[in-house]
Amino acid sequence: MPPGIDIAKDLVAASGTPLVLAILSEGESYGYALIKRVEKLSGGVLQWTDGMLYPVLHRLERNGLVEASWGKSQAGRRRKYYHLTDKGAEELADQQRQWKVVNETLRATRFTSFRLAPKGI
Amino acid sequence: MIEERISEWRTYLRRRQAIDAKDVDELEDHLRSQVTDLREAGLDDEEAFLIAVKRLGKLDTLSREFAREHSERLWKRLIVTDAGESGANWGREALVALGLAAAAGVAIKIPELFGLKLEDGGDAAASFYVRNFSLFALPFLAGFFAWRRRLDSAAMMGLVTPFILGALAMNLLPFGSGGHTELLAALHLPMALWLAVGVAYAGGAWRSHDQRMNYVRFSGEWFIYYVLIALGGGVLMGFTMFVFGAIGLDAESLLNSWILPCGVVGAVVIAGWLVEAKQSVIENVAPVLTLLFTPLFTLLLLAFLVTMVWTGSSIDVEREVLIGFDLLLVLVVGLLLYAISARDPQAKPGLFDVLQLVLVVCALLVDALALWAILARISAFGFSPNRVAAFGENLILVVSLGWSAVLYARFVRSRGDFRALERWQTRYLPVYAVWAWIVVVIFPLVFGFQ
Repeated sequence: MPPGIDIAKDLVAASGTPLVLAILSEGESYGYALIKRVEKLSGGVLQWTDGMLYPVLHRLERNGLVEASWGKSQAGRRRKYYHLTDKGAEELADQQRQWKVVNETLRATRFTSFRLAPKGI
Repeated sequence: MIEERISEWRTYLRRRQAIDAKDVDELEDHLRSQVTDLREAGLDDEEAFLIAVKRLGKLDTLSREFAREHSERLWKRLIVTDAGESGANWGREALVALGLAAAAGVAIKIPELFGLKLEDGGDAAASFYVRNFSLFALPFLAGFFAWRRRLDSAAMMGLVTPFILGALAMNLLPFGSGGHTELLAALHLPMALWLAVGVAYAGGAWRSHDQRMNYVRFSGEWFIYYVLIALGGGVLMGFTMFVFGAIGLDAESLLNSWILPCGVVGAVVIAGWLVEAKQSVIENVAPVLTLLFTPLFTLLLLAFLVTMVWTGSSIDVEREVLIGFDLLLVLVVGLLLYAISARDPQAKPGLFDVLQLVLVVCALLVDALALWAILARISAFGFSPNRVAAFGENLILVVSLGWSAVLYARFVRSRGDFRALERWQTRYLPVYAVWAWIVVVIFPLVFGFQ
């Protein structure tokens, strides 16, 4: 992804849930690692205000999409780990379908080519 | 150094209602991971900490997000406490409060061992309990605050003295059975002792204006809690009667001789402890009620005055009527006190202040009429303990309200400071105590225990 793109606030918010679910589908993780992973995968473009991730995680926990357990970090600190539940996996699949539709619709318009086209054409 | 900064940050975060201790742990883990990474990247402790905190986001936004997710936390829970040092403290406090409440419950049953039956015990027993009932509850409440505030021995002496004085006066003075002075003393002792409890509440610093105001706030909340507990207790007793009645057993005498008296004195301590524990938990209720009822009582007094003028009728001075007017004044003083205690002293005078002033002026007018009626009665029938007590109380309340009205009027016309009004009210509190003691101790002597 090209650097220097500012992703609109709404889009960041909307993509939060599927991203968290998708990363957790790779295996158990915790808040800080999740943020690092998103940063890495997006090439540094998607940067969340770190603290905002936690209310999102708590909402997913309340809705039964993820489950949390307290463990220890390597340094021996208390750390809260999250893992995906079956319901969460279903939700992820559902979200993937939704994003696919949005993505395909956008592709079908001139939107994508227009946006990604080099300047001057 | 960094540990210090992190623990400061924790405390700061912990003050937010929507973020609980576990969230703080989670966020701390995040912060520390970030700090470690940043340090590995070559930053020093201070920089790493500052950047890590900044990346977590603004505290206000963060706590708003947490509040959106955990809206139930805004309804602060009283009983569920967080683990950690505050939790241990809370548990100990609860134990002490329950212990003292139980002690009060036991204390009120002790006289029965000496043949003074609470129920159907005859005149002597009834008069004993009437004179002493406050002594079975308030010392324990005072004890709770003495423990809570870790009173030093000098303050302890100052606290114990009024209770001993009260006990001696009530039990050594030869009150005539069922006499007026006995009843008056029994009614005024709780008032006198309540202000003594205030000494314990203030941790001995009873001269402090702020502590007095806090005690006023405490008293209002305590009263509301007590009423709520009493309502709950009533429901509990009703169901006890009902379920045992259903299997043909009569639980009434058990309730009357045990649950009711022990509950009545025990709840005094429990209500005090709850107010103390929840102080920071829930918005105070007394000021809200004040806001609600000030306009209504203003309306009542205005309507009364207009009706009196319209019909030309005068106040009929019966004993109940006198007591009723005294109570009305007490209520107005209470409304004024709570309005004052909840008001931001910096705020400019507003509509509510004008309303409050109208209420006070109306109360003064009504009271002037009542005072006139009492004086007429005294001049016609001479002095009696009841009339003098009613007159004295009236006078004290009139002085309090009168000067308040002057100060309030100055404030509303922006010629005075609101603090002056506040200070007047708190400075006046000891007057009530002195008067109560006069009625308890001096009245019986002056009026020959009649």
